Amino acid sequence: MRVELEALSRSFPGVRAVQDVSLAYEPGRLYALVGENGAGKSTLMHLLYGMLPPDAGRILVDGRPVRLAGSQDAIRLGIGMVHQHFMLVDTLTVAENVVLGAEPGRWGRLDRGAARAAVRRDAERFGLAVDPDAPLESLSVGEAQRVEILKVLYRGASFLIFDEPTGVLTPQEARGLFAILRRLRDEGKTVVLISHKLDEVLSVAEIIDVMRRGRHVGRLAREEAGAERLARMMVGREVLLRVDKPPAAAGPPVLEARGLGVRRRPGQAELADVSFILRRGEILGVAGVEGNGQRELAALVTGLLRPEAGELRLDGRPLRGLTPRRARDLGIRHVPEDRQRTGLVLDMSLRENLILGEEGSPAAGQAGVILPGRVAALARRRVAEYDVRVADTRQSARALSGGNQQKLVLARELDGDPRLLVACHPTRGVDVGAIEYIHRTLLAKRTRGLAVLLFSSELSELLALSDRIGVLYRGRLTAVLDADVVDEETLGLYITGARGVADA
Amino acid sequence: MIGLLLGTLRTATPLLFAALGGMFSERGGVVNIALEGILLVGAFAAAAAAYYSGSPWLGVAAAVVAGVGLAALHALVSLRFRVDQIVSGVALNMLALGATEFLMWIFFGSGSNSPRLGSPGLPATAGRLLVELPPLTLLALLAVPASSWLLFRSRFGLRLRAVGEHPEAADSLGLPVHRLQFYGVLLSGALAGAGGAFLSLNAHYFVKNMSAGRGFIALAALIFGKWRPGGILGATLLFGFAESLQGHLDLPWLPVRFMQLLPYLLTMVALVGVIGRCRGPAAVGRLFVKD
Ligand SMILES: Nc1ncnc2c1ncn2[C@@H]1O[C@H](COP(=O)(O)OP(=O)(O)O)[C@@H](O)[C@H]1O
Ligand SMILES: [Mg+2]
Repeated sequence: MRVELEALSRSFPGVRAVQDVSLAYEPGRLYALVGENGAGKSTLMHLLYGMLPPDAGRILVDGRPVRLAGSQDAIRLGIGMVHQHFMLVDTLTVAENVVLGAEPGRWGRLDRGAARAAVRRDAERFGLAVDPDAPLESLSVGEAQRVEILKVLYRGASFLIFDEPTGVLTPQEARGLFAILRRLRDEGKTVVLISHKLDEVLSVAEIIDVMRRGRHVGRLAREEAGAERLARMMVGREVLLRVDKPPAAAGPPVLEARGLGVRRRPGQAELADVSFILRRGEILGVAGVEGNGQRELAALVTGLLRPEAGELRLDGRPLRGLTPRRARDLGIRHVPEDRQRTGLVLDMSLRENLILGEEGSPAAGQAGVILPGRVAALARRRVAEYDVRVADTRQSARALSGGNQQKLVLARELDGDPRLLVACHPTRGVDVGAIEYIHRTLLAKRTRGLAVLLFSSELSELLALSDRIGVLYRGRLTAVLDADVVDEETLGLYITGARGVADA
Repeated sequence: MIGLLLGTLRTATPLLFAALGGMFSERGGVVNIALEGILLVGAFAAAAAAYYSGSPWLGVAAAVVAGVGLAALHALVSLRFRVDQIVSGVALNMLALGATEFLMWIFFGSGSNSPRLGSPGLPATAGRLLVELPPLTLLALLAVPASSWLLFRSRFGLRLRAVGEHPEAADSLGLPVHRLQFYGVLLSGALAGAGGAFLSLNAHYFVKNMSAGRGFIALAALIFGKWRPGGILGATLLFGFAESLQGHLDLPWLPVRFMQLLPYLLTMVALVGVIGRCRGPAAVGRLFVKD
């Protein structure tokens, strides 16, 4: 099936997410759609999948214009989408998730046998091994993604959209996915892979479309595209694809973990016998598949969680009964993984956000009274120093872009030369310019003696910034590796448990 | 012994109807604390219809209709007009209390209770136990496997569960999230309405505020029963047992007032025991808004 997008536009309050985009897709080809965060890739594909109505423009399937009132219309036409955030129901089984909304069975009955058989059939045909009866919550991320693909195939899709499917996968799982994409293409299906990772796009896609700020800025065949060229088209200027990391000059231990452990609870992963030393002027990366104890380790160090075994020491002194407040007083700072929910109070002004946690300090006021003049001066200085692009610090934090919100958090957490920074996914969902800035800032602070515990799901980021990388697997620190001697591939083996303590 | 068993089944009947109803509402993601008001309105509608028509079965039908009506109001207010589900439920409970008091004057000319009513019955050939067991109790017991089938073996049930767990996922597959939730709430109204009919018809009177917190005990039974029909049956039987002990257990050192407290105490204990250890539908109480 041939799909054409004609002059599609779509705005949200304050953003023109997609502007005048025209594209054509031929059957049996593997396309990629690249662009920075916020370039409008997801929005464009949501228009095609019927999840959003366009403000202007039209969609043609096999030459005929179609009206999509909802995703059911797109599904009926044979368009399927694997979403950036999984759209799976944890409490249902694999088969139930696959057939949901198009269940086999008569008279309102759900025919479980037929559902199972359908899953087995597609799984076999496309090499997507999963147990149809497994409850979804028991699956790994890679398996869950296979369920998403099975869902789309079950509905008979011949046009498949994958929205940033590798963000959650290990390099090995990602390679498995690419093999599946090729197989789908060989079966005559059209595949569109949305991504902002240029190396993977270059390794699988035949035709690459680039978006920038809502506009389609070009289409390249793989042969004519290169990482540098694509990056330039995405950002609209030259970008440094690597950061320069000055040689390490690690000093005495700042943070010491000895046999840390917490038990597994609903919503909390287990952590067992975690020991490490983090030195002054050092960045210790923590790698792991989500849910292997990273969140718990970050919470322990920032005082959000109490250890049930072992202890933490700061500058050699045990941290007993650590609370977030005391952690701050001791110079431990935190860039939380979700800046919108935990890092900022979105509806408060930049000024207020910048003094959170310091409301009582002389920099903000006196005797329990907040002095607006002091706060304004402090905010102005921090905003300038940390490159938060904003006209007025009385604006609410909600109005900022993702990158600027993150710089705002950094400004609050890094100002005043703390001892230790716990940085959780500091560049998640921010644009390339902000990524560059955040990376440079972290390295500069490291040179000035800051100790950083860096959590990230981007292995390339861990490798670029860290001096050493610890691997968390099932709550255990299974390896601590020198960042100069490992690569993404090897890290991928460690974080899936294929390597680690057992073979050491 | 037989007396205690029958007493347990009788007191459990309205709880079972209401809790199964609550299950359909909450499995779809809508909290329905209006169960209390639905029981009361059902009881009143049953009394009024049975009194004026002389047919208790017509009373039951009226109760179901009234229950669905009040539930529809809850669904409309909380899904369409986006009022918080708890606030809507509280408001409807107050409305039910005020409206039934007012309508009592109009229908029965009394502010305290209705005239004597007949109960629905089965033909006398149905056998002794069946005669002793009110038909509505039998219906409530039959509703357990029926609900189980509907929730776990039917297309509607699968969709309802998906909507209550992850409405965005259901929406992405083109399922009509709010419509499914609407059906879940209506079903809760029908079931709880039938529970209300049992209250008044089995007591032979409608009495002011006769639901007396049973809607809330049903909600507790729903949690204690882990949102499953079988569990709910067990929980409501336990609560029914605790309540019917009053008439059968005669301990001189135990004040009668304390015995009356027993079902409520048991509710608290049961909830403390299960909370944290089991989890309801993930999206319960959260309005799905499509952007
Ligand atoms: N539902 C929405 N409401 C408001 N703004 C949105 C919504 N979805 C996307 N946007 C905005 O539209 C722009 C494009 O977003 P998106 O399509 O998600 O980009 P990409 O997928 O390329 O990262 C961003 O500025 C984003 O903030
Ligand atoms: Mg996106």
